[in-house]
Amino acid sequence: MRTYLGFPQAAAVSTMDSQLRANLRNATHTIRDKRAAAIGELPDWPGLRAHAKAVKDHTLRNLESYLEQFEAAVVAAGGQVHWARDAAEANRIVIDLVREAEASEVVKVKSMATQEIGLNEALEAAGIAAHETDLAELIVQLGGDTPSHILVPAIHRNRAEIREIFRDRMPDAPADLTDEPAVLAAAARTHLRERFLAAKVAVSGANFAVAETGTLVVVESEGNGRMCLTLPEILISIVGIEKLVPTFADLDVFLQLLPRSSTGERMNPYTSMWTGVTPGDGPTSVHVVLVDNGRTRVLADDVGRQALRCIRCSACLNVCPVYERAGGHAYGSVYPGPIGAILTPQLRGVGSALDTSLPYASTLCGACYDVCPVAIDIPEVLVHLRARVASGPGHLGEKAAMGVAGWVLRSPRRLGWAQRWAVRTRRFAPKRLPGAFGGWTDTRDLPRVPEQSFRDWWRSEGEKG
Amino acid sequence: MSVTSAREEIMGRVRAALADAPDLPRPQAASAEVPRPGQLATPAGKPGHTGPGDLAGRDPADAGPRSLVELLAERVRDYRAVVHVVAPAEVPATIAAAVRRQGARAMVAPEGVPADWLTPGVDWHRDAPALSARDLDHVDGVLTTSALAIAVTGTIVLDGSAGQGRRAVTLVPDYHLCVVRTVVPGVADALALLAADRPLTWISGPSATSDIELDRVEGVHGPRTLEVVIAVDG
Repeated sequence: MRTYLGFPQAAAVSTMDSQLRANLRNATHTIRDKRAAAIGELPDWPGLRAHAKAVKDHTLRNLESYLEQFEAAVVAAGGQVHWARDAAEANRIVIDLVREAEASEVVKVKSMATQEIGLNEALEAAGIAAHETDLAELIVQLGGDTPSHILVPAIHRNRAEIREIFRDRMPDAPADLTDEPAVLAAAARTHLRERFLAAKVAVSGANFAVAETGTLVVVESEGNGRMCLTLPEILISIVGIEKLVPTFADLDVFLQLLPRSSTGERMNPYTSMWTGVTPGDGPTSVHVVLVDNGRTRVLADDVGRQALRCIRCSACLNVCPVYERAGGHAYGSVYPGPIGAILTPQLRGVGSALDTSLPYASTLCGACYDVCPVAIDIPEVLVHLRARVASGPGHLGEKAAMGVAGWVLRSPRRLGWAQRWAVRTRRFAPKRLPGAFGGWTDTRDLPRVPEQSFRDWWRSEGEKG
Repeated sequence: MSVTSAREEIMGRVRAALADAPDLPRPQAASAEVPRPGQLATPAGKPGHTGPGDLAGRDPADAGPRSLVELLAERVRDYRAVVHVVAPAEVPATIAAAVRRQGARAMVAPEGVPADWLTPGVDWHRDAPALSARDLDHVDGVLTTSALAIAVTGTIVLDGSAGQGRRAVTLVPDYHLCVVRTVVPGVADALALLAADRPLTWISGPSATSDIELDRVEGVHGPRTLEVVIAVDG
């Protein structure tokens, strides 16, 4: 696992990387335009969005009974349900199931939940190889890299970089590999085909879990998901407890919102739905691991709990001016961008330097709220989390400074005196604030003191008449 | 730490987290409240026979099975799939021509595919007994029917019933030729007709990836070529 110092330090490095910024700008602007066209086709996007928000809020409010209903439905359909309080428990459940199957490797469908719990690392430590099968995840895994975007994990890589990774790290890469996307995708297909045909155990996440029927839904494009969900004997799905929707009919609104918000398509190429075990078709052993891992902590916060509505579409990343320049890695979490800035500190608790810095990794411009298909008010949660960080002991200096500022601003006479004093001493003004205040100017330019205060300028203009 | 205790602990945390939360009633059924393409009442058992009504940019007056089919064809083509709209009687000839054009010699046609669709000169496998994944990897293509198709999104849905085969059958071969006989307007109409306890595969164009600089490339792990024959009565 990597060590992250905090968003400002990581962003200070990544914003200097012009290749990264070019790759990101290109990619996020392309998706933005496609998304706008795709949602423009629907007659009432705001209505759809409001309905999805209401369904999710209702589900979260009644999560206990929906979880019970879901569990019973999965079991009735021949599946098995496991519960995991945290990442370690979830990983142990998976490792035990893989060992029981006497398998030494698994194929994986791209899944945020498995990244969140660090499943690949846990499997590796247990001597089990985990093969990512999504093209972007494969690029990231072969490159010894970490994902930087929820939907397009290798968004920070361009075709030339990907060709280099394949040539260096993919043993069966053809000698004449070019950097054409079609050629690179074909190489990945050949590389993974044998793995799919031989795999005994697959691990997936789920986009949605239907309480009424016990159905799991996986949305994807390449068919690697279908391969993993269909060919192996044993299927293990890691599902966050917030993924539930009440009924099969409720999938309607989410299947319209998700593809249009994430890739700007009317529908993604493949959507798989399965309910327990189907004799003669697909895995003979189907497991669902329901994961808490901090979600109940988020649920307990009356402002922050709306983050659990997230359907991981990544629209908020693609419009965020901070994400576009800093890149996903700067957020130090599997959930980057605006949603990561509110979800990560809540899931983990505002304890570390990174988690206290994330609520500040935003300009509060509100673009993320505007595009969110389930109407998560990300700026509201950011401000809420900032208040929580600020109530800690680390910001006494800021409080003292604000106290002085308040005293000065309350009196026109005191303000005039302070301004004239600042003008007279302007040549001594530092570029960075000293001591504990330096943290603020590490990531911002300190404004220059003007030659004359506005009040003095106004007065002199008046004298000129 | 037994499994039961993890379950009880999580349930207890959920209960505690929501102890003071206000009650949030279940929203009205989406189709009653949200105006969108899929909301039209489609008489049960007669999907595709109601017009697309509020479909964006379309005049409800010319609604009918024909316009739904046209919309479906246009949207499936948008995904770079090959599409034919034909009369039901023309299906066998359309299949014969498609298979010939594709140069396919060994094809899978699961149980339930009509016998008169099985073009002579092709080695047809019935998948009974079930072919292995490796066997499927060596055939040229697969011919199936479908449960229904969704016009607005250009999506074909397979539910594993007669003529559609197991999920692996439409996945491993490189060419999928699929006949559509039922068209519904929107996603909600599809969900209303489908059974959740069957394995469902929703297909919107051939396998594709946009993971490299967001350039769309068709054909990664699923079939590279999707060819759709739309043959709706009436």
